[in-house]
Amino acid sequence: MNIIISGLIMGSMLALLGIGFSLIFGVARIVNIAHTAFYMLAAYFIYQLSIKLGLNPILGMLIAVTTVTLLGLLVYKFLIDPIREHEGAVLIATIALAMVFQEGVLLSFTGDYLTVDFLIDGFFTIGGVKVFYQQLLTFGMVLLAMAVLWFLLMKTKLGLAIRSMAEDREIANLMGMNESRLAMITLGISVALAGFTGAVLAPLTVLNPYMWMEPLIMMMAVVVLGGLGSIKGSVVAAFILGFAEAAVVFLIPQGAFLKGSVALTIMILVLLMRPEGLFGIVFEEER
Amino acid sequence: MDLAILYVKKFYKIIRGEVLVLPSRISVGLFFLVLIGLPLITRDPYIIRIIILTSIFAILAASWDLLSGFTGQMNFGHALFFGVGAYASALLNVHAHIPPWGSVPLGALAAVMAGLIVGIPCLRLKHTYLALTTLAFPIILLGIIFALPDWTGGELGISGLTRFTSSLLGNYYLHIITMLVLCTIMWKITDSNTGLIFHAIREDELAVKTAGINTTRYKLLAFCLSGFFAGIAGGLYAHYMRIAGPSTLEVSMSFTVVIWAIFGGAATIYGPVAAVFILFPLLEFVRFWPEYRTLIFAFIVLFTLLYMPEGLIPWVRDKIEKECPRCKIRNVSTRKTCRICTAGLD
Repeated sequence: MNIIISGLIMGSMLALLGIGFSLIFGVARIVNIAHTAFYMLAAYFIYQLSIKLGLNPILGMLIAVTTVTLLGLLVYKFLIDPIREHEGAVLIATIALAMVFQEGVLLSFTGDYLTVDFLIDGFFTIGGVKVFYQQLLTFGMVLLAMAVLWFLLMKTKLGLAIRSMAEDREIANLMGMNESRLAMITLGISVALAGFTGAVLAPLTVLNPYMWMEPLIMMMAVVVLGGLGSIKGSVVAAFILGFAEAAVVFLIPQGAFLKGSVALTIMILVLLMRPEGLFGIVFEEER
Repeated sequence: MDLAILYVKKFYKIIRGEVLVLPSRISVGLFFLVLIGLPLITRDPYIIRIIILTSIFAILAASWDLLSGFTGQMNFGHALFFGVGAYASALLNVHAHIPPWGSVPLGALAAVMAGLIVGIPCLRLKHTYLALTTLAFPIILLGIIFALPDWTGGELGISGLTRFTSSLLGNYYLHIITMLVLCTIMWKITDSNTGLIFHAIREDELAVKTAGINTTRYKLLAFCLSGFFAGIAGGLYAHYMRIAGPSTLEVSMSFTVVIWAIFGGAATIYGPVAAVFILFPLLEFVRFWPEYRTLIFAFIVLFTLLYMPEGLIPWVRDKIEKECPRCKIRNVSTRKTCRICTAGLD
């Protein structure tokens, strides 16, 4: 039971992060290492707003997600956009950015472990395992976010533009889509998703300035396992890896050390059989 | 005697005609001379220590460049080779009592094996898939190390390694000369036919395949070579610090290597070496301000890239040297005509 609960929570977090990461990769070919750093920032903003300033937590979440999104757009405009053609440069610019965020948080909040209060208290028991209402709420919020995103991508014009840009940039460009503006919008969506994940997960995790590292690796594993640019793949892979981690932690002694190893080994084994991931599509080689 | 004079004359002619005409060659020569002559100026143990660490990391950054810069196989898990080299030579040294002269090369061979183990499955993957998959390997190994604390010391690592020599100068020259020799070898490799094929694989793998070259074999060769040099760096690091700890395998280690190499200019070998020699001591000297170290590092990298996305060293080189439009020979940018074919430069 424990496995199911923590697998679901872990999986949903990874799914949201993975979707955001693969969106921006698909549209703009940006490997955004700082993606999970935005997730961390949002969690810290909520801590600051709701605990230190005593704002209503829900209002705090809204403000945090908006601020993080704006920050993401600013960063894109001033740091990423000027060096877009140089893939390597973009890559290490995002790494450096993540380090800047990490150090900024370290300086302003110190490296102590912090916690955010639950939005709703209380729990019920199933099969002898405590399930907090907060966990249910988080899971529900994640499902809601995925539904909204699905609607956005599949049913609106913007979604159509994003999908076609991800499929073939040149043709999409020829059809009159503004590549740079679309990339900016997508980055906004993707950062907002990261911020949202941070917001709904903050009460369930412990905040510290290095909390972006671990989800970063798992998120990349999810994205690769599911197939880059495939949203369905990201969701499926997220739950596979989430459950695998939870199972290792609860079933194997010393498992906490091995959880990352097992999940990543699963990823590598799958990639050996299907180099393009579970739901990835083989594109013609770009030259 | 005449022969000796002849050789001296020839040497002088080469120096004057080929080295002194280009600022980049002069700076490489000066770099060698300054490093070798440094103990004449100062024997401060702190400075010597920093230079030794810098040169170890220079080998590491150059080896990343050999693999990822040249063949374009983005390796995000370069810490794997470093860590395998460090742990293998530490295990051999502590448990089997093999002296450092033997354990470092054996550790490097272990890193070559790691290169093969990573390379064979990963070569089916391309671009970003490859980058993100290689990132996983050091973390898997790290998990195994934490799960077997009896063997590997867990979080504390393996300590109590023997050093090469106990003398300050001996250590200094050993590391400096190893670094200079290895980096020259790497530079020579990239300058050879093999290097040309590596280059071509990055530019257009399909075209190289069409030319009848087995690209998989060359990519695997790049993995092994890079693993070998990184493994030597790892072994040297473990023996110098007298400890092989989990920090050698961390994600931040892999990322730092990538930052160094791309900051200095990928696919040049001298770029990453120069970048390490600029960034690493710089970070050490802002130690009086410890909270801001990483922040300063990140900002320097961000702003340098904003203005020089190709990397620092190629940018500088383009400023001080011009390529002759007719014979493709490099010239100082102060010259009006090419030094070989006298064509006008612009």
